[in-house]
Amino acid sequence: MSDDAKSAILLDRRQLLLLGSAALASGALMPYAASAAEGTLVMTINPEPNAMVSAFNTASPVAVISGKMTEGLLHYDFDLKPQPALATSWEIAPDGLSMTFKLRDGVKWHDGKPFTSADVAYSIMEILKQHHPRGRGVFAKVTAVETPDPLTAIIKLGEPTPALLYALAGWESPMLPKHVYEGTDVLRNPANNAPIGTGPFKFVEWQRGSHIILEKNPDYWDKGKPLLDKLFVRIYPEPSARVAAFEAGELHLGGDGPIPLNEVKRFQDNPAFKVETRGTEMNNSLDVLETNLRNEYLAKPQVRKALMHAVNRDLMAKTVWYGLAEILTGPIPKTLPHFYSADVPAYPFDVAKAEALLDEAGYKKDAKGTRFKLRLIYPTVGDTYDRAGQFLRQQFRKVGVELELQSVDVPTFIRRVYGEYDFDLSMFPASVTADPSIGLQRFYQSGAIKQGTPFVNASGYKNPEMDALLLKAAVEPDAGKRAAMFKRFQQIAMEDLPILPLVRPIYVTVANAKAKNFVTGPEGVRSHYATLSLD
Amino acid sequence: MSAPRRNLPFRFIGKRILQAVLTILGIAIINFFLLQLAPGDAAEALAGEAGTADAGYLANLRREFGLDRPLWEQLATFLMRIATFNLGYSFRYGETISTLILSRLPATLLLMATSIVIALVIGILFGVTAARYFNRLPDRLISLVALLFYATPPFWIGLMMILVFSVWLGWAPTGGMRDITAPDGGIAGVFDIARHLALPALTQAFFYLAIYTRLVRAGMLEVLSLDYIRVARAKGISEQRVAYRHALRNAVLPLVTVVGTNIGGFLGGAVLTETVFSWPGIGRLMFDAMLQRDLNLLLSILVLSSVFVVIANLAVDLIYPVINPTVELR
Repeated sequence: MSDDAKSAILLDRRQLLLLGSAALASGALMPYAASAAEGTLVMTINPEPNAMVSAFNTASPVAVISGKMTEGLLHYDFDLKPQPALATSWEIAPDGLSMTFKLRDGVKWHDGKPFTSADVAYSIMEILKQHHPRGRGVFAKVTAVETPDPLTAIIKLGEPTPALLYALAGWESPMLPKHVYEGTDVLRNPANNAPIGTGPFKFVEWQRGSHIILEKNPDYWDKGKPLLDKLFVRIYPEPSARVAAFEAGELHLGGDGPIPLNEVKRFQDNPAFKVETRGTEMNNSLDVLETNLRNEYLAKPQVRKALMHAVNRDLMAKTVWYGLAEILTGPIPKTLPHFYSADVPAYPFDVAKAEALLDEAGYKKDAKGTRFKLRLIYPTVGDTYDRAGQFLRQQFRKVGVELELQSVDVPTFIRRVYGEYDFDLSMFPASVTADPSIGLQRFYQSGAIKQGTPFVNASGYKNPEMDALLLKAAVEPDAGKRAAMFKRFQQIAMEDLPILPLVRPIYVTVANAKAKNFVTGPEGVRSHYATLSLD
Repeated sequence: MSAPRRNLPFRFIGKRILQAVLTILGIAIINFFLLQLAPGDAAEALAGEAGTADAGYLANLRREFGLDRPLWEQLATFLMRIATFNLGYSFRYGETISTLILSRLPATLLLMATSIVIALVIGILFGVTAARYFNRLPDRLISLVALLFYATPPFWIGLMMILVFSVWLGWAPTGGMRDITAPDGGIAGVFDIARHLALPALTQAFFYLAIYTRLVRAGMLEVLSLDYIRVARAKGISEQRVAYRHALRNAVLPLVTVVGTNIGGFLGGAVLTETVFSWPGIGRLMFDAMLQRDLNLLLSILVLSSVFVVIANLAVDLIYPVINPTVELR
């Protein structure tokens, strides 16, 4: 072959390359549009759930996906009043020792079998009471579930458990089919990854790392619902990618703060989107500082009070949380109005007072202006805690307390704080849930000091009055008396300060403006979404 | 002379396979002990996500994960699993480990293969051109572009690509591997995947491209000054042919080595790109397994990764004499 011929071939190759890229470009020039058909919606859950049923894992993403397929006995309205779900009516005996649920007639499992009281008894006694991380505590006092007929379930209690009534949503305490689980290794039952529930959506597929597809349950008991034919869940590990997907119109809905905090304002101002701040009133995740009372400085009440006075929490809410935070006055947020009390010791931002308290505790400033050093440990989840830690370090430095920031991953955090008590201050999301007996007793009661168990009393706090009060409140059937007890609880908690409450961060739900009914109650994105639509 | 030489590759391969098995075993054992150093275990990671757990729940989890067994027994179980190709069950994902890995492998393979091919084609083109126009405008431009790509994190390039091509221009989807709302498969399905692949593959390719360009340029500059090139030019062979036929063959050996390393490390090589583009690849799985302390899963991926590295190295060694017959296998 002559050289000319060879270079001609080379040219041809080059032309081919050019042609190829031109073809690619022309293909790309057609605007991309996800072919979302009518009656479908794409939402995101972050991070990806690691199971489809929330009976064995209460991680928030699992609750969100499970809540579409599994149902509980009750729903809740914005006032946190129980509403019918699988139970149509319920009655609590005056002594608080039994709860009778009348079940909905004609409800079918996704596999066509009827839902009966036997399923309720099995779900509570064999699954939730045994394997549910929170349920083991919540259902601890349940001695039996009686089933006099297929549509009546009576929960028998050894002691009154008023908190139980607030833990019966489908995403928290799902009812599961006895015929699928009985006699199997329930933890490894295939239905945990492909649920058979009674909910408005049926499981179709889960491609890990990519997406989950749910479809309408045509036999759903609430006729005409759900409104969507298909619900797609797409996993976006990177928050910025979620922002782009929302803006490109590929993603319609995401809860639990799907976009970075600094983007929220822009989305709120953009008519193409809706941003909802409600819908987490049953979780009430608070950002708090737990003190390790084994530390010689933190053991002194004046030091803990001084630290509270040293933080300008108004400024903190604005700079760290971009204003998306409720500043806490105590351990119970305003989102639980029937328990909340403002009549507690307050700690306004006051540097002089903080300094005076620290002087009084006997810790004078040295030549460099430092009184003592503390370590602050927090889990690396997003970048909010990094910002919060830096803010706290600046604030504490002004009163002479040096803060060493220790940002670690979640398993390390749990091992260090709860396994080894190797911390001075720990910052973490403390979930109050819908009831302080479930969410807060574990942090403030000395019986909950259990080394090696995560998210319990790690401060080592022990106050006999507090202990007795919390134990009494947990079994008090009278709502009024119970509220009074929790008022006293808030006062002691803010006087003793084993935990310094910072804020309740507001986790927004972001939706395309065309989406409707994406937050209809306190269950927010965890709700069943039977009425969710995209017009 | 020629008869024993023909046998050589087989003896060579046999020896190398034996070495490979020992290497992989060593890597597996070292990894096993290294990962024990990470504070916290899988039960604590799961409990951390759940937000609550009691001692009994944790004990159950540890039993399911096999964490209640003595360390030597855990190691023996792990080595046994690898030896029998039965990787076991990830309790965290509620799925067998082989299913987990196999479901994520194709996505990463596709992404890496595409991006390496793109990077090779453009990298060689750029490198050769830069060397031929040494210190002139094309060389300066190419070197500048290569330096920019090299200095810019792929993470940022990816986000900018999404912003420009997905959000502003609407030419490509923002992420994922396919349009999940459309039916699967068929010709449309292939186009759909290609469309989703374009941005992440380019982003990943840019990362390699910078290195490939510089390697080819440096190799070419060295070779172009050699006598045999001068002879070729004296014979009147066109510059094009001299560059691609005569010089490139000798200039490309360092490139082969680096590409081999990239291919060998492909399992974790694209984790940033996978994250930005929500690409359901194995890099993310590995990253999550680390954060979750799912050590069985993580170790399985690491061992698999070491297998790929060994295979890629072997392949590179075998390719050398094909490209340059003066290289001998020993």
